[in-house]
Amino acid sequence: MHYCPGCSHGVVHKLIAEVIAEMGMEEQTIGVSPVGCAVFAYNYIDIDWEEAAHGRAPALATAIKRLWPERLVFSYQGDGDIGAIGTAETVHALNRGEHITMIFVNNTVYGMTGGQMAPTTLIGQKTVTCPYGREEDIQGYPLRIPELACTLDGTRYVTRQSVHSVAAIRKCKAAIKKAFMNSMEGGGSNLIEILGTCSSGWKTTPEKANQWMEENMFKFYQVGDLKDR
Amino acid sequence: MSKIKGAVVIDQERCKGCNLCVVACPTDSLSLSAEVNHRGYNYCVDSQPDTCVGCTSCAIVCPDACISVYRIKTDD
Repeated sequence: MHYCPGCSHGVVHKLIAEVIAEMGMEEQTIGVSPVGCAVFAYNYIDIDWEEAAHGRAPALATAIKRLWPERLVFSYQGDGDIGAIGTAETVHALNRGEHITMIFVNNTVYGMTGGQMAPTTLIGQKTVTCPYGREEDIQGYPLRIPELACTLDGTRYVTRQSVHSVAAIRKCKAAIKKAFMNSMEGGGSNLIEILGTCSSGWKTTPEKANQWMEENMFKFYQVGDLKDR
Repeated sequence: MSKIKGAVVIDQERCKGCNLCVVACPTDSLSLSAEVNHRGYNYCVDSQPDTCVGCTSCAIVCPDACISVYRIKTDD
C-alpha cells in the first residue's frame, strides 16, 4: 500500500474488504473513490470502482445505484472531499435518501497535500497553514458532518466510529456491515464517519497520533450512533 | 485444562514499522527489529513467541495487513 506507516486508511480498507467478503458481495459491489489519499483505493480492494472528481463521489454513487439498484454502492471519502469541496453533493445525496453508504474518514487535515487545515481541523490544532493553531475568529469552527446529516430526513443510519484500538476497530466493522446491509434494503442513506489519524500530517508517530486523537478529537467528535431508524 | 497458544507470522518485507502492533500486543510478544527491510523500515518481529496467546490484536490493528495469527490448543 502507498499509505504512510500507521495510516488509518489501511485499517478501514481492511474492514470494508472483510465486510464485503462476509456478505459474499465481491462481484456485486461498486465503490466510488475520492480525490485525496484514498485515490488509489481501487488498487487494494478487488471490486469494481469508479473514480469521482473531487467531492463528487456521492453524485456518482447516486447515478450508479439508480442504474444498478441491486448492487452495493458506497463512496469512500476524506474530510477535504466530503466536508469542503463536496459538501453540496454530500448534503443533497443524504437528503434525497439515496440507498448508498458514505464512508467518511476524518483525520482533521488534508493529508495528501501535506497536512493543511481542513474544515474539520480542531480549534487550536496546528497545521502547516495555521501554524499558530486554528482560531475560531479567523478560520471559523470545525464542521461536524454526521450531526448535520442527522437533521436530514433522508438519512437512515448515521454513526461516528474510530479505528484507534482493537475494540474500536471491531465496533467500526459492525457499523460498516450494518450500513452496507441497510443500503441493500433501502430506506435511506447511510453515513459512517471514521475518525482516523494522519501521523505524517500531524508530524508525530502513529502511536502518539492515536493518543492525541483519544485526548483531543473525542471531546469534539463524540463516538457513537447518532441516528438509526 | 487446555490453553491457547498463538503463532504470529509477519510479512516483514511489507511491514512499514509503524509500531501499532507492538503497542496493541497485551503480552509484549512483538517488537521492532534493529535491522531494516528492503524499504528501509525497522520491521516487526515476534521476539517472545512463547508469550503469545493468539488474541489477534496485532493483526486487527495492522494497517498493511502484514500479520497472520495461527492458534493451537495445548494441554497443560
